[in-house]
Amino acid sequence: MLNLLQQIPLATVFTEIPLAAFLGLGLAMFALGGLGVLIRKNPVVVFMCIELMLNAVNLSFLAFAAYPNPSVAGQDPVQSAMAGQAMVMIVMAIAAAEVAVGLGIIMAIFRYRNQVDVDDMNTMRG
Amino acid sequence: MTLNQVAFIVLAIFALLGSIGVVFLKSPVRAALALVANFFTLGLIYFMLGNQMIGISQIMVYAGAIMVLFLFVIMILRSQTPEEDVHLWKDRRFVIGLLGSAVVVAFIYNFVIQPTQNIYGADFDRSYGTPQAIGKAFFTQYVYPFEVISILLLVGLVGSIMLAKRKF
Repeated sequence: MLNLLQQIPLATVFTEIPLAAFLGLGLAMFALGGLGVLIRKNPVVVFMCIELMLNAVNLSFLAFAAYPNPSVAGQDPVQSAMAGQAMVMIVMAIAAAEVAVGLGIIMAIFRYRNQVDVDDMNTMRG
Repeated sequence: MTLNQVAFIVLAIFALLGSIGVVFLKSPVRAALALVANFFTLGLIYFMLGNQMIGISQIMVYAGAIMVLFLFVIMILRSQTPEEDVHLWKDRRFVIGLLGSAVVVAFIYNFVIQPTQNIYGADFDRSYGTPQAIGKAFFTQYVYPFEVISILLLVGLVGSIMLAKRKF
């Protein structure tokens, strides 16, 4: 399996697709996620949109990791690629913990008030 | 157009359709399934970028574990959440959200995407995405972040159990 993956001619991907293509996809996903956070009323769907934004940022991290900046002198491309990947792994772990705690909070609010609508949760508005 | 470009365009279209579905589908279950499609295509894009280990864990952690959690919560809350209608132009919130997103898009396009338009990848050793390379890095160079992640996951586990208990 690993040999199969290593046989894919990856180098041609990076000479045929510019960095901006991946960043543009990430930007579109981030903007859609932000729009969803603003317009949706169901807190579970709001959480899904937050996940969408986190994944857009992950995609940008990996794209920057795969396209090392040639103008930075002395930068080891393998080291910087590994830094981007480590960041993505950390973001994934944080997203998992955030979803577990956040959905627990939604369930607790639901048990306490018997309805979940982000417009009605205004106790702390002041 | 080469095969790589066609593959990227197809994957990007699927990912965008998935994220549009998350934002605009009325039923939460359908939004969750659109999110699964989006995460899965994103995993394939990670494979394309050479990040094999990240792509595998994207499909396993996001499209598998996190989405099961979402679907469980939707199932439990289902009787209480009527299918909301996403009012479009009638709603002031939609117009404001669209304006905000447009500002973000214009900003990032101008300052990030425009300058990187002609940057292509250099040629170097592309085996950084294999599980061996990531495991080695996480047990040598990134060992402190790794331990912090494990503490964070433990705290999240205890916290969610505390929240899920009936009396607190």
